Formats: sequence, structure tokens, C-alpha cells
Amino acid sequence: MDWLIILASGVATGTVLLYATVGEIFSERSGVLNLGVEGMMLLGAMSAYKATAATNDPWIGLLVAMLAAGLVSQVHAFIAITLQADQVISGLALNFLATGISLVFGEGLTSLRDVVPQLPKLTLPLLDRIPVLGRIFFTNQSIMVYIGYLFVPLAWYYINRTRPGMHLRAVGEYPAAADTLGIRVYFLRYMYVFVGGLLAGLAGATISLSISPGWFGSLTTSGQGWIAIGLVIFAQWNPVQAAFGAFTFGALRRLVLDIQGPSTILGLANPFFYNTYYGFFLKMLPYAFTVIFLVIGSREANRKRIGTPAALGLPYIRGQRGL
Amino acid sequence: MSKVEVKESARGLAFPYRIKFEDRVENPPRWLSPLLSIVAVVIALLLGALVIKIAGGQPWAVYNHIAKYSFGSLGVISDTMVKATPLILVGLACSIAFRMKLWNIGAEGQFFLGAFGASMVVLLPVLPEDAPKWLFISTMAVFGMLFGALWGFIPGLLKARYNVNEIISTLMMNYIAIEWNNYFIYAVWTDKGFQMSRMFQRNAWLPRLSDFAKRWKVFSGLTTHMGLLFAIGAAIILWFILAKTQWGYEIRLIGDNPRAAEYAGVKIGRNIVLVMMVSGALAGLAGMSEISGVVHRLQGAISPGYGYTGIIIAWLAKLNPLAVILASILFGALILAGREVQPSGIPTLIQGVIMVSLIASDFFLRKRVRVIRRVEE
Amino acid sequence: MDEERSENGFENVVSMRGITKRFPGVLANDKVDFDLRKGEVHALLGENGAGKSTLMNVLAGLYRPEEGTIRLHGKVVEFGSPREAIEEGIGMVHQHFMLVPSQSVTENILLGLKEPRFRMQLPKYNQIIGEMAGKFGLHVDPAAKVWQLSVGEQQRVEILKMLYRGADVLIMDEPTAVLAPTEISELFNTLRSMTEQGKSVVFISHKLHEVMDISDRVTVLRKGKVTSSGLNTGDVTRADLAHLMVGRDVVFQVEKSEAHAGDMVLSVEELEAKNDKGLPALNGISLNVRQGEIVGLAGVAGNGQKELAETLAGLRPVTKGRILVNNQDVTNKPVKLGIRHGISLIPADRTQVGTAPNLSVTDNVIMKNYDQAPIGSNGLLNMSEAENYAEDLKLAFDIMVPTIDTSVRLLSGGNLQKVILAREISSEPKLMIAVQPTRGLDVGAIEGVQKLLLAQRNAGAAILLISEELEELLSLSDRIYVIYEGEIMGEIRDNDINKIGMMMTGTRLEQIEGEGVARNE
Repeated sequence: MDWLIILASGVATGTVLLYATVGEIFSERSGVLNLGVEGMMLLGAMSAYKATAATNDPWIGLLVAMLAAGLVSQVHAFIAITLQADQVISGLALNFLATGISLVFGEGLTSLRDVVPQLPKLTLPLLDRIPVLGRIFFTNQSIMVYIGYLFVPLAWYYINRTRPGMHLRAVGEYPAAADTLGIRVYFLRYMYVFVGGLLAGLAGATISLSISPGWFGSLTTSGQGWIAIGLVIFAQWNPVQAAFGAFTFGALRRLVLDIQGPSTILGLANPFFYNTYYGFFLKMLPYAFTVIFLVIGSREANRKRIGTPAALGLPYIRGQRGL
Repeated sequence: MSKVEVKESARGLAFPYRIKFEDRVENPPRWLSPLLSIVAVVIALLLGALVIKIAGGQPWAVYNHIAKYSFGSLGVISDTMVKATPLILVGLACSIAFRMKLWNIGAEGQFFLGAFGASMVVLLPVLPEDAPKWLFISTMAVFGMLFGALWGFIPGLLKARYNVNEIISTLMMNYIAIEWNNYFIYAVWTDKGFQMSRMFQRNAWLPRLSDFAKRWKVFSGLTTHMGLLFAIGAAIILWFILAKTQWGYEIRLIGDNPRAAEYAGVKIGRNIVLVMMVSGALAGLAGMSEISGVVHRLQGAISPGYGYTGIIIAWLAKLNPLAVILASILFGALILAGREVQPSGIPTLIQGVIMVSLIASDFFLRKRVRVIRRVEE
Repeated sequence: MDEERSENGFENVVSMRGITKRFPGVLANDKVDFDLRKGEVHALLGENGAGKSTLMNVLAGLYRPEEGTIRLHGKVVEFGSPREAIEEGIGMVHQHFMLVPSQSVTENILLGLKEPRFRMQLPKYNQIIGEMAGKFGLHVDPAAKVWQLSVGEQQRVEILKMLYRGADVLIMDEPTAVLAPTEISELFNTLRSMTEQGKSVVFISHKLHEVMDISDRVTVLRKGKVTSSGLNTGDVTRADLAHLMVGRDVVFQVEKSEAHAGDMVLSVEELEAKNDKGLPALNGISLNVRQGEIVGLAGVAGNGQKELAETLAGLRPVTKGRILVNNQDVTNKPVKLGIRHGISLIPADRTQVGTAPNLSVTDNVIMKNYDQAPIGSNGLLNMSEAENYAEDLKLAFDIMVPTIDTSVRLLSGGNLQKVILAREISSEPKLMIAVQPTRGLDVGAIEGVQKLLLAQRNAGAAILLISEELEELLSLSDRIYVIYEGEIMGEIRDNDINKIGMMMTGTRLEQIEGEGVARNE
């Protein structure tokens, strides 16, 4: 068992979570909780795969995935923002809807394995020479991984140090205040739900076109969308912390797959090698860890009493009396 | 005639009416809510037809098939009831939790744990193989409910203690439950290496209608089992709790305004744990009823997402336990007849569309539509 | 040109004509006219619910009127949003501050502006805003986060926000409600320096003495209509204004009999507790309330009043000290135990704490006795008993509601408060803690609430009245404690408003009396 390979593929797996988590951060920072991430990712994975199969160009697939998930996210946006419905239940509905669409239009895609081209993998010259880190982060990784490295600091900078980022935060913290200053609350909320959709679609496409290529129905995402929502809380709505969480989780998922390989670990007999059935307990780990991460995140939030966008989950109604 | 004119002029620029939505200043009439639900389902079915068409299917054939193979004869009606049975129980599980704005979406996992607990009675075994049927069934029901309640207790406690978001934790518990069951199916209770346990002996089966075919011929071949009685009984009990007891009032109060409930001296943490456990127990009972009434063994594919469908059912029934029964029959039909429909994602899709249109329709419960003549302005 | 100059040759900056604004079920403004001259402070006077804020929200672009025109410097304008109003130089400081707590002062001021275009460049703007703040005497640290600021500082940020946008017309909605007396005089100085620089101020208030102090002219609204417009403040008396505002002569003193204070009911000893942020909110409070008296607690908002009320009701943990009710220790005991001991809380927040908005009137009135016979017994709930009870209360307290099945969120503020009072009073409490019981109610409703409280006192209840309205405290209380930063500054029995004012800003009674003695010597 090569720890570097596990960590390297952990980074790759974590990239999926990274996009989905940061997407959800954008949406929640604007005040809209979107529980439909899992469904949107599935839709992204399916449409990326289907479009790539049709055009033979994975970049077109990527684009289609983002647009498809972005569009379907607007169903939630309409119900939650314009119709002012409960965001939890609306997000769940989006999940069902997007999953349903994915399954219907994904019919027959499973058999296309090996004929659909994938997104390129590359090794970054010079950077791959860095001891240890070079092999983990910069060797033979999907191009989506590298885009992710750039994306995280940009997202952080955008949210915290730019004018539109400031508007985004204001809309999620105190929409009435933003509204009186001429910030278009409804428009921005629609827009960031759309951004969340785009990124969830990107995350889905990253799975089906790169990290674990193919279409396996609802197993394609296997709950990663939900883990992403959990990570948002753990990350306290901060993209940099989200990256940390996502890569940790990615490594964990990889470890769970790879730990059954060797007969000994650190000189001790490997119980998972001798009883492969124990693998079922290993598979529980990412989910159990999500719950543990949530406990940590919730305690942090309780301790600091800041972090959660104050208007998260609340519809904004302009001109409501007693504003 | 005048109506036609309005429609005609709607296309022109000089439309003399404007539609305005206003907040209601009085409670909406009682009939409005069920009416809106029905309209929403109808619209959803039409939208579903559109999507099926786009996906290359034949919508009317699909709906015709669903109607025929779910209500077309006594036999299929009985099968529909079999599907409705677990749905009623998970629908109730979701309803009681949602009443408190406790988003338990872990009914699926609680269902699996309930099935596990019930199987344990037979496979561990807890009872000797020749124990009487009544003892088997009651013990299995108790074990199913206990294990389901345990699976609800964990996220409930985390919520009450650490304010851990129950949506994510219950969902994660679903995945854990499935792996847990898999371990036992593959490793412990495997039947000759197959990924399922052995068939339960007959005295661990819930009685079916067909068991009484000797006395009443009409029952022959009908698979509806006693789980349906459990489900309807549970619905009535739950209705009674919610409408007629102090606990039901506390749940109502916490659900609407937890701070007011706290102010009235209601213990919120304890109620969160308790409601999650009751919710888990109901879903666990669904798992037991499915295992003991239909599958008769523990295996992997025991639920086509009952736990998730329960969410929609609860919402369609407006969290009313008695309405859950009706909503479950509708969805039972959809799941039953939807199995043979191609592409296979269609039932999920239709469920999704129904839910979306239901939630959208709630808008009209909060707003009043007024048509205003422009000239009046 | 005629439009711009009024008959006296003054320049009208704003003139509103025939403004009508409806809300579902309410006519908030009925053909209202309003003129604002350059360089004046124009008070808009009226009771709660008279339509003052609505009218100014129309001017500030937040609401669109159904009818009427607005002229700005003689030109007809129509504002689709607050931003359009601000661009034309009209800025409003709302009663609830429109500030994002997690952002810095500078960020809040720059919010929604076109500059900076993308990168925030905070250091540069911190400096610009610091300089501007100095110019108007509005001292505040531009880099501080808003949640760290005091209420008075937050108000300055709001004013700066409008000035930074080049506002010529500043609308202040009840600006003194949250301020201590010294802060109020600072605010008045700022407003005067602004009018000297040619800006105009609309001062919304229902407090007559403040209107008399600060305004040049005054317009009075009653039930959505103008009762008198543009009076010179110098030409009218307080009583005139009161008459115009309420429509009848107002008795400034509630009739109150001599208190017959009996046994000690509430005794608080060295109480300490933390606020929601985990910071100390109560730092050793000691006070007591006896049977048959109303004890006032005066103080500027946010000095621990909310936390005190919550700890007394058992809703907030006590970190140190004791609470005794009728000589029984109820410190950190369950809320329900307090209710059984006869503790009743009328919370400041009627919708967030006091009621369950989507539940019926019935469900709301049985909140405290749903588990007591005859409504509750053996774990069951007797709904027909509950409904009878609700019907009785509806009659006795004159709650205006179509049926007792109506959701309480559909009730007006006054009726909602009646629901709460009906529930609390009918439980025959031994100790009643009333927090801001008349806030936001119209005069008729205020009188009703005050009468109910006095009746309770005369019936022998011990009442702790927590209020930010000094006038209310003075007229109802038998004695008054003053709270400042979680400490009691002293107890006043002679309604000496000067002493209370000094204590509200942190001077202890001993210090005041010490100085007084020193001066006499």
C-alpha cells in the first residue's frame, strides 16, 4: 500500500467534493439553503457523460453538465425565492426531480464504458519535483484538480475582498439592508443558486469524466452531494476550510478502498485483508466521519456564534410590514 | 363569451386586467388545501407526461399501464395495498418529525434497521424456531421498532445536544444502515453464499389474506398482509396523539415556534429525541412489516427508496396521519406499476415533479389572487 | 418656479401630494400632503400606527404609493427602489438599523455603491470615511465590525452611510428610541450641524418633548391622515400637539392609587448571567419586588434587561447568584416550575417569543395551562374545554378576531398583545415581568394595557415593569431601578428624571448624591 498514491488519489476524489462544497457555500452565503446538491451532481454526471458520448469532446460534456445543473437549480430558486416556500422541503424536492431526470435520461449510458473520452490528466513540470507534495498534488492528476487549486483561493478572494463578494455576504446576512441600498436581492439569490448549480454540475462531470469515469445510476455520486452540504457547515462557509475538509474526505474515501489490499499494515496483520467482509464497515467510515465533522462544526459555530449567514433559509419579502 | 374575450385580449397589449398576489388576512378556507394538493398532483402528472415524451417514451401508455396494473383488478389492488403498507408507516414517520420541523430524512435507514432487528429475532435467533406465531410476530415488531428507534435516537441526541443538523446526520445514517445490513447479509446470515439470508420459517410470517382463502374464496391469491392493519392502526394512534394529547400540543408548539415552546416550559431537547425515536420506530416497523409480510428473508433490495417517498407522502398529506393513508395508496400504485415502466427512472421523476408542484401550490395558501381591472388603478 | 417656493418664500426640497398607501386590510396613508424646506428639521409626529414610517418609506423608495405625487426641487419623481431615492439625495435611517453585523463600518458604508469597482481596497476607504466622520462629529472606527459597536455608534454609521451617498434629505425614523439621554443631545447637535450645512432632516417621533426640542416645524398624522401640516414648532404647545396627535385631550398621568406593598415576592441576589454571544450581561444584579407594587426597570436598550427577564423566567442559565420567589429558590429551575410558582413573563418580542404565529388563538392562550385541569388531564388535551376557555378570554379581553381558530399571525399588534395579556393575567400570577408591554401599540391599546397592569397590581400581584419608555415607567411605577451594563445603578422613589437620566449613562446613585452633598457644602 503506497500512502502517497492514496493521498494523491484522495486529492482527486476530494476535488469532486471541493467543487460541490464551494458551490453550496456560494448559494448559502446568499441566504439560500439548497439541499439538492446530490441530485444536481447526479444530473451533471449524467449529462456530462451523455454529451461527451454524443460529441466525443469531454469539454463540451463539462459545459453541458454545468448548464444542466445550473438550469435545474433555478426550480429551487423559483420556489424558495419567489414563492417563498420552505427551503428545506424545496431542496429535497429538487433532489428528487434532478435524480429522476438523471435516471430517465441516463438510461442505457452504463453500457458506453470505455468508448467515452475522459478529461486529460497531466503532470506539472518542476512542481512535481517537490519532495512528497509533488507526488501527491502535481503528478498525473486530472486537469480538474489543478483548476480546483486555482479556484479555491479565487473563491475566497471573491467572497471576502471584492465588491460583488461583499454584496453576496450582505444579501445572506441582512437582505433588507442590502435592498435599501439598491442591491438586487432576488436577482443575486437566483444568481448564486445558479452558481451553486453550475459548480454541482461541474462536480458531477468531474466524477463521470475523470475521477471515476462512467455512469452507474445513482451510485455515481453515492451521497457525496450530502457530504458536501455537511462540509459547508464544517468549513464554516469558508472556501479554504472547505478545501481542507474536501481533501481530507477524499483521502478517507480512497483509504477505505485501498486498505484492503495489503496483508499487513505497519507490520501488523491487516484484518481487512483477511476478512473482506469487514470492508462494509470501512465503507461506513466516510458517512460516520461526516457526522463527526458535523459535531465538530456545530460546536465551533456554537462557540463562536458567528459563521452561519444570518438570513440562511429565510425568504426575503420586500416591503413586509415591520421589516 | 366574455371569458374568451379576456383570453383573446391577453395576447394583445391592452390587457385590461392585472393579476396581483396579496397576503391573506384571514385563514384560507378549509377546502382549499386538499383541493390545491389534488390540482398539484394533476399538474405534476401532466408535466411528467411532457418529460416522458421528451425522453422518448409514450406518456399515455405509461399512465394507462400504471392505472391498470395498480387498480385494474382485485388482485392488483391487493398488491397496491402491499406497497402502500410500508409507505403509510414511513409517511407517518416523516409526518410526526416534520410536525416539529425536525427534518428526519433518515426513514430509509431506520427502515433497514427495523428489517435487521426483525430478522435478528429469526436468524440470531432470539426465539426458538418453533415458537408460536403470535410470539414471533410481536417480538419481531418490537425488535423492528427498537432498532428503528435507535437509528432515530442517535441523530436526535446529536441534534438536542450539539445542534447537529439532522438533515445531514439522518441521511448519513441511511448509508451506514445499508452497509450494516450488507455486512450481515454477506458475512453472517448468508444463505449458501448468496447475498441474502435463508427464508424465514412460516411462523415468522405475517398472516396474508390468501391464508384465509379456504374459508373465504375471494381472498385466494391476495398478498395483502397484516402489516396494513399495523399501518392503519399506527395512523389512527398518531392522529390521536397529535390532535388529542398534551404531547401532540407540545409537538405542534415546538414545530411552529420553538422559542415560544421554551417560554411555555416545554422541554425541547427531550422532545427532539423522543420524536426522532418515535419516527424511527415507525420506519422500523415498516421494515419489519416488509420483511415479515412480503420478503420473508433479509436481503439487500428490500426498499425502492420507501424512506424517501415517505417525505413526499407526508408533504402531500399535509402531515395529517389519516391523509397519509390515502397518499400512500397513490404512491404505492406508482411504485408497483412503475416497476415495469421504461425508462426505469420514471417513477422517481414523477415523484419529484409531484413534490415540486405540491410545494409550489402552497403559495396559494399564503397568498390571495386578485384580478384587478387596470382602469381602476 | 412657483412650485419650488412656498408662499413664504422658503424653498421646498420635497413636496408630497395626495399620497395614499394601502396594505392588506389597512389604509396606512390616506391622501397625505407633506412639505420639507431646505435647511429645516421637520418633525413628523403621530402615534404608533399613524402612518409616519409608511409615508417616509414611500419617500425613501421602499414602498410604492397607490396614489399621489412626489416632487423633488419641483420636479416630479417616482422612486422604484430605495437606491433611486438615495441617488436623488434622499436617505433614510430606519428604526431597525440596516447594517450588516458581520461586516465592517467601511464595508457597510460602501455597500451597493459603484466605487470601488471590484477590489475592495479597504485601507484607502477606511481613511476616507474616517475623515468624513470627523467632519460631522460622528466618531466611529471605520475598521470595526458593526456587531462590536454600541447602538449609538451604529446610528452614526447609518447617518454616515447616507452622507457618504450625498444625501441632502435625511429621514430619521424614531432615532432616539434606542439612545441614552446624553447620546440624544449628541444626535441633536449632529442634526443641527447638518441643517446648518444646508441639509434637511425629517424627524419621525411620537415623543412630544423631543419634537419640541429639535424641530423647526411639525406635521401631525393621525390614522393615516394629516391633522395639521407644517406648523411652526415655536407657535404650538405640547398640549396642542398631543391633541392633534390623539384627537382628544390626553391625560398624561394614568390614575394610580397609593401602593400597598405587601410581602416580598421576588428577591434577586447578586445575579450574574451571560448574553447570547457568551459575554457577561448581568454583573451582580440585586433587586426586589413586593406584593401589590409595580417596580420599574429603566435603562437604555441592551444593558441586560432582556437577559434579566429571561433569567427570572428560567429561560437563561444563571451563572452566579440566586432568585427567590415567595422565599423559594427558583434559580436555574425548569421554566415550568417557575410558571407553577406564579411567575409570568410578558416578553418584549410578541411574535418571536410570546406566540406561535401559525397556531390558532385557542392554541396560543392555553400555552401556560395546557397541562392543567380542566384543559389537560392524564396526558390528554380537552379541546372543547380549551375552546371554551379561549372564547371566554376573547370576550373578557375584547380580542378582535373573527374566530378563535384564526392564526394569530393575522392579528394586529394590539390584539396580539391582548392575547398574550389574556393568557398571562388569567393565570393569576404572583409575579409578573412585563417587558416593553406597550411598544408599537396605538394610544388606545397602550391605555388598555396600562390599566390592566395597574389592575393586576391592585389585586396584589408583584410587577416588574421593564421598559425603555421613561414616561411610561414614571407614570406606572411605584419605584424605579436603573440598569446600566448589567448593573443596578440605584433605586429612585421620587421620579427624579434628571437622576434617572444620569444613572442610565452609568453614574451610580451614590455618586450623584455624593456630588450633590459636595456642592451643597
